[in-house]
Amino acid sequence: MSGEISFSPNDKYNAFLTTCKKAPHGSGKLAGVAVAIKDNISTKDIETTCASKILKGYVPPYNAHVIDLLKAEGAAIVGKTNMDEFGMGTTTENSGFGPTLNPCDTTRVPGGSSGGSAAAIAGGMVTMALGSDTGGSIRCPAAFCGIVGLKPSYGRVSRYGLIAYSNSLEQIGPMGKTVADVSKLMGVIAGYDRHDSTSRDKPYNHTPNAEIKGLKIGIPQEFFGEGVNPQVADVVRKAIGRLEELGATTVPCSIPSMEYALAAYYVTCTCEASSNLARFDGVRYGPAPDWRKSWHDAYQEVRSEAFGTEVRRRIMLGTFALSSGYYGRYYSKAQVARENVRADFNRIFADVDVIAGPTMPTVAFKLKEKSDPLSMYLADILTVPANLAGIPSISVPCGTSEGMPVGLQIMGRMFEDERVVDVAYAYEQEVN
Amino acid sequence: MVSEKDVQHIAELADVGISPDQLGTFTHQFNAILEYFDILDRVEGQGAVAHDLINILREDEVEPSLPHDDVLRNAPAKEDGFIKAPRVM
Amino acid sequence: MADPDGQVIVGLEVHCQLDTKSKLFCGCSTDYRSDGPNTHVCPICLGLPGAMPALNKRAIEYAMKVAKALNCEILNESEFSRKNYFYPDLDKAYQITQYDKPLAEGGYLEIESDEGGEKKIRLTRIHVEEDPGRLVHMGNVERGKYSLVDYNRAGIPLIEIVSEPDMRSPKEARRFLNKLRATLEYLSVFDSEKEGSLRVDANISIKGSERVEVKNITSYKGVEKALTFEVTRQRNLIRRGQKIERETRHYLEARGVTQAGRSKEQEHDYRYFPEPDLRPLRVKSWLDGIVLPELPDARRERFMKEYGCSLNHARTLTGELKLANFFEKVVASDKAGLSPLASTWIADTLIGELNYRDMSLEKVEPAAMTSLVLLLKAGTITDKSGVEVLRVMLDQRQKGEAAETPDAIVKRLNLAKTVGDTGAITKAIDDAINENPKALEDYRNGEAKAINFLVGQVMKKTRGKADPGELNRLLIEALKKREA
Repeated sequence: MSGEISFSPNDKYNAFLTTCKKAPHGSGKLAGVAVAIKDNISTKDIETTCASKILKGYVPPYNAHVIDLLKAEGAAIVGKTNMDEFGMGTTTENSGFGPTLNPCDTTRVPGGSSGGSAAAIAGGMVTMALGSDTGGSIRCPAAFCGIVGLKPSYGRVSRYGLIAYSNSLEQIGPMGKTVADVSKLMGVIAGYDRHDSTSRDKPYNHTPNAEIKGLKIGIPQEFFGEGVNPQVADVVRKAIGRLEELGATTVPCSIPSMEYALAAYYVTCTCEASSNLARFDGVRYGPAPDWRKSWHDAYQEVRSEAFGTEVRRRIMLGTFALSSGYYGRYYSKAQVARENVRADFNRIFADVDVIAGPTMPTVAFKLKEKSDPLSMYLADILTVPANLAGIPSISVPCGTSEGMPVGLQIMGRMFEDERVVDVAYAYEQEVN
Repeated sequence: MVSEKDVQHIAELADVGISPDQLGTFTHQFNAILEYFDILDRVEGQGAVAHDLINILREDEVEPSLPHDDVLRNAPAKEDGFIKAPRVM
Repeated sequence: MADPDGQVIVGLEVHCQLDTKSKLFCGCSTDYRSDGPNTHVCPICLGLPGAMPALNKRAIEYAMKVAKALNCEILNESEFSRKNYFYPDLDKAYQITQYDKPLAEGGYLEIESDEGGEKKIRLTRIHVEEDPGRLVHMGNVERGKYSLVDYNRAGIPLIEIVSEPDMRSPKEARRFLNKLRATLEYLSVFDSEKEGSLRVDANISIKGSERVEVKNITSYKGVEKALTFEVTRQRNLIRRGQKIERETRHYLEARGVTQAGRSKEQEHDYRYFPEPDLRPLRVKSWLDGIVLPELPDARRERFMKEYGCSLNHARTLTGELKLANFFEKVVASDKAGLSPLASTWIADTLIGELNYRDMSLEKVEPAAMTSLVLLLKAGTITDKSGVEVLRVMLDQRQKGEAAETPDAIVKRLNLAKTVGDTGAITKAIDDAINENPKALEDYRNGEAKAINFLVGQVMKKTRGKADPGELNRLLIEALKKREA
């Protein structure tokens, strides 16, 4: 069963940073299936850059745990996909190696930060890919490109080998053309890993089931309020209507902590990032420092030249928020806010099985449309709550607005990834 | 509000550098973001982070280290098995 | 103005490597000292992107053993934090350590005070952290062209033991360290013979003045030297009417002096926050399962009771695990009979001779020491010959020559006491008196010193083999004869 597949796609969208022209594969559940990997997941002997110039040429001497799992099930790793540098962005325009284009409309962004993985699937180059989701980085590009993406419950997929941006928020997750693909890929990558101390012994052995009769769906008012494009909201409401036709009931609800959830998210991720990204100094890996200069000067030079603007901005924000005198006001508060978000979800999930709403407040932006960082951050408002709470969330295509795909987001109770997959599957089966 | 001087100082602390022509825009954007973060002042409650995972430990067992070539493979410069770094001062 | 003769106040922060098999957060072996640079590293301790820490259980168990032995309280919940700073030997650009939730707080260690009694030095806390790598500066630090980094040491488990400022002199600081070392060794969690296994930062002030932190002390003797230097420096400054600046200074071991650090070090902001890749510890209940071995204080008491050792001998003998074990082996065959001589001969003579040679106790077999003590006890050799035999023994073992038994040495060098052979002694006495008429005259004039002088001369002639009691008796007899 083992062999090699040829992979030389016509990559019109700049979805890949690296392609493996001859990709070996083995036997198993994914025998011979071409899988694209987001470039922040370490692949032994394949360059892994996080789309950053600071990691240009870096070839990991080890595999991320998920890569070992994929290979053990016979998958062919065909390439590494473009992304916002270190995952910091919502458009994949923040790549150090040029933006990825949206296959649905090449004047638009594919979303981010896993934009390359989404475009590789939407553009028909692969059927499945791995992404990572810190604040929506799987679900946003899935919604913008019209594919399916799952952010698993925190701890269900090992992060070992995922180049950390914000450890307490992010998860590796499956992306695919269909819910069935996503479910299949999740089955391979989920499970306990002793190398990740936050890992859970919750393997995923599930075949999607479209039966949702009696399902109770919470509809949070905040997901249809200010800042959400009315047409996008309409498309999503109609999609939820289809779920009701299938026997589900809806219950209005509210997530008051969403008022500050986005701020809590950005404080947390920038703080963690400022520490995670401090190691890139050009000593053990990365661009050579200037030997004539002293360590400190050389270090600063490497970093100011090789990191993009957004990465430097977030490192600075995190450095500031963690500095003495500000820790209590920012980081501590953000952690309290996270607990409040969790408490809101727990309260709602006592009454409903899943929560549904739009994945993104709008359809895909035009390239270069979002130039102001804060307005870019605001686009993550609907996806970050799931990361703050650690709960599973899936985005499934549910129609179009302005001719562009719209994503239906379904969030579930902690470790009930199977259920959000089932709801997405029910919707997908109903419309196809 | 942080001043351009503050932003310059933070850039130093974070060792990311910032060019003089970027400083104005950077400071402006920085302040807009910090102003947005002010909403956290409204967060109530003391919710200590609830961890249901505790005492995650491994046994004290030796596992193979990386082959020496793999250790040095990505380093821009090395000497006698050491990894080279700029002088510290 | 501050008083230059004011009380010295010292607090210590002691970092000790825990003697685990693998590193704190990865499976790399800790046994790196005889191997080349960067041979004991993996993605985790090399700080490769994407690697994650996995906490070594034994390191926590060892730290808890120490905490229990030092009477500390284990916190209900402790956690690891990141201490962020940039330095090329710090692989991740942060050190995983414990900050506001350390493993243990409080506790104390008893030492001998300068006044001679026992004194409690209170402890602030004990926490667990990882060691950074090691930098080799090529050429002069200031002008050298570059540094070389070896990450073999990165990730070795350390405990940091922080004391309250309860020590009142450099000597007390030294005693605190020695006692701490002994305690850690008794617990089998630490190997003091491994190079760099212990490092100390000291806070020192003269009462009424600012305190100074002295970093980078890497030896037991260094602590006393560095602090003595600081006391003199600070007292002199005060005497000259200058103010002591609150600062960080570095101890330069080779020169025995401290040197001001760079100003940048004073303004570190480590931006601590909880390590998101590790979960909290709730291990207080493990305490019940920890059975402590006999510790130095208990052993000291037992040595006094069981072997009749003096307080000072018991303190010396139990002050090092190996020495205490050695003593017990030496006297095992006849505790009551051998202990009085063995405690003096080991605690005073052997230790002195070993220190003089900079030689390790491990080279001496307890059985050989037992034989030597038996020879002394039986009166076969004099104390003086005993020292000679010991020196020969140590020389042979240090040089790696064939090691003779004490009996063989006595035989070969003909050191057996000349008991009963009064002829030889009488002849030596006669010769000594004849060769020193002045001494005889002094004796006649009633000067007792003359007897001591003549004893020395006779000892020389008999090469120390004469029994001192017998020699004295015969000498006085001979002198009395000549008086007549």
